Amino acid sequence: MANHTIAHDVYVPFLEKKGILSWILSTDHKRIGIMYLISISFFFLVAGVFALLLRYELLTPTSDFVQPHTYNVFFTLHGSIMVFFFIVPGLAASFGNFLIPLMIGAPDVAFPKLNLGSYWIYLLGTVIVLIALAKPADTGWTFYTPYSATTNTDVVMITLGVFVLGFSSILTGLNFIVTIHKMRAPGMTWHRLPLFIWASYATAVLQLLATPVVGITLLLLIMERTLGVGFFDPAKGGDPILFQNFFWFYSHPAVYIMIIPAMGVISEIIPVFARKPIFGYKAIAYSSLGIAFISFLVWAHHMFTSGISDTAATIFSFLTFLVAIPTAIKVFNWTATLYKGSIHLHSAMLYALAFVFLFTIGGLTGLFLGALASDIHLHDTYFVVAHMHYVMIGGTVMGFFGALHFWFPKWFGKMFNETVAKIAWLFIFIGFNVTFFPQFFLGVQGMPRRYATYPAEFESLMSLSTYGSWILGFGIFIMTINLIAGLINGEKAPQNPYGSLSLEWQVPSPPPLENFEEIPHVTDWTYGYGKKK
Amino acid sequence: MGEASVEHTHGHHMDPVVEYKSSKLGMWLFLGTEILLFGGLFAAYAIFRAKYPEMFFEQHVELNKKLGAVNTCILIFSSLTMAMGVSAIQRGKQKATAILILITILCGLAFGVVKYFEYSAKFHHHIYPDTSIFFSLYFMMTGLHMLHVFIGLAILAVIMVLTLKGKFTAKYNTPVEVGGLYWHLVDLIWIYLFPLLYLIG
Repeated sequence: MANHTIAHDVYVPFLEKKGILSWILSTDHKRIGIMYLISISFFFLVAGVFALLLRYELLTPTSDFVQPHTYNVFFTLHGSIMVFFFIVPGLAASFGNFLIPLMIGAPDVAFPKLNLGSYWIYLLGTVIVLIALAKPADTGWTFYTPYSATTNTDVVMITLGVFVLGFSSILTGLNFIVTIHKMRAPGMTWHRLPLFIWASYATAVLQLLATPVVGITLLLLIMERTLGVGFFDPAKGGDPILFQNFFWFYSHPAVYIMIIPAMGVISEIIPVFARKPIFGYKAIAYSSLGIAFISFLVWAHHMFTSGISDTAATIFSFLTFLVAIPTAIKVFNWTATLYKGSIHLHSAMLYALAFVFLFTIGGLTGLFLGALASDIHLHDTYFVVAHMHYVMIGGTVMGFFGALHFWFPKWFGKMFNETVAKIAWLFIFIGFNVTFFPQFFLGVQGMPRRYATYPAEFESLMSLSTYGSWILGFGIFIMTINLIAGLINGEKAPQNPYGSLSLEWQVPSPPPLENFEEIPHVTDWTYGYGKKK
Repeated sequence: MGEASVEHTHGHHMDPVVEYKSSKLGMWLFLGTEILLFGGLFAAYAIFRAKYPEMFFEQHVELNKKLGAVNTCILIFSSLTMAMGVSAIQRGKQKATAILILITILCGLAFGVVKYFEYSAKFHHHIYPDTSIFFSLYFMMTGLHMLHVFIGLAILAVIMVLTLKGKFTAKYNTPVEVGGLYWHLVDLIWIYLFPLLYLIG
């Protein structure tokens, strides 16, 4: 790796300029990354509060905290905000923005102004959805027709907001693809790229190919409600299953938009803290693309019980199992990297290990849902809820927290309290499992999702899950406080506190305005740990 | 990093060749997403046509083939003038470029006027987007296309003004070329819509 330093007398960190305008009009990818980070973290906490509220309602079998309609609003807002505001743009936009140019040795992304535009389009989308809160939708985040076309809540505003967010996602993905293609430093060949870049690339391809389809789907739903077109309305000769096909053609790949960047993060963290070259670099790199490709062929596994033909269901079930191959390749390679490694249990590494453990559970339970026979029983039960949260929180959110702790010193030039970070991790890890593991049992016993009330026999598991949500919430609270405290009066961070070899650690913390004094020449891959240089 | 480069604004430090290639790649990718956006409607068209062949046969005759054909000619011609405009600026002829883009814009406006008469005639006959699945498709597809025409016109207007201000030369004309690509897409989508909606019975 190129040895690259910047003399301290001329080094100007990118955080230097003060004032709100220097932020909101900045085209610096690092600042835009931070703006995304603040926005998505805010929405993560908001959506988390809705989760706590709906779990609180489920503490007892009867609906004594809120009425069922309010409960429907809670889970719609929890799901919509979590999915569309946090987890889809989340890692890709915040860490992608910050890291991609630094990691490939470029001064910025290919289209800096477009990048700023994407951020503002994202914010516009969130504002539109916030306006819709006056009469919030009760459809769930999937907006299934015909209910979404007929309910008298404000579905138009929330879907319009999501449509606008989709634009932001497309433009960000486009920007990243062009950046990775055209802006790599000399010597940064495709097979020397850090794995986070490969992951971001696969994610960007998904964003570009899947998002327009959900865009037109939501537009059609809006037209159903406003102009009365009837594509999804059986009364007018339309077909609600068409909506589900369109919706999942986007939303299944979107699941991988959510998880692939987190996989990229894990591929960065594990070799650094295991002090070993990553095992199976090319396999991990290409498996990202493999997942991206297969994700387009599996959408109908969300619709096994919707009345699609047995032939279609069988084919989609088989194709769904194929995703397990590239995913397992990653998990095995991470494990092989850890094998005989010199493992240092930094908080970022703890989150990475939690990712591997929890994501494996999430992935394996996915097989039960991908198999036709068991899915008929488990469809729309708490088993799905548990599976999804093991992938989304156990996977993406753990990856997100890991990334936060790993790159925090690089972003802000400050350190956080490592002991507190580990304690927070413990609460989060335990709280998460206490919350969601019982839900597998609930689902197998037939408890359907999305009900404000439930039979009394489920009370022990349900209330256990609610207690877990409090532990999880408490852990996230400590983590947040710890990071904010580190931001305000943490110690000054060294340039490369973990001895990482990738390019972003070869510049000062926080990085200078245009990243590199001169564009580095890359001579080796990123993961040569333990080798003599 | 010296004082001068600290003041450096972002986005202007790229090698012009890289910038040109990046812009073109970016626009092609964006056009791909536009095709996919329309792809949803094309899929809906295919499904409902298979489901209701009689409806498509009976109702497509209500559409005005002549006006559709006129609009097709107008758009194809506008694509020609646009291509000539791009070619002109590559040879540094700013005035010719501006005139050719102006003709393109006028064609786009003419397309809109014809569409306006078509839509009014439909409304006059009490045909609305909720009349039937076929007309839902007709209004959604042509409406979304019309929206793209307007966006294209706005882009071309900006490019024309900048051309007149002398921003583009034989050496630097990426926005003209990229804007032209967008206009060709608008034309291309119409070339698919016209036979699907107006001609195939």
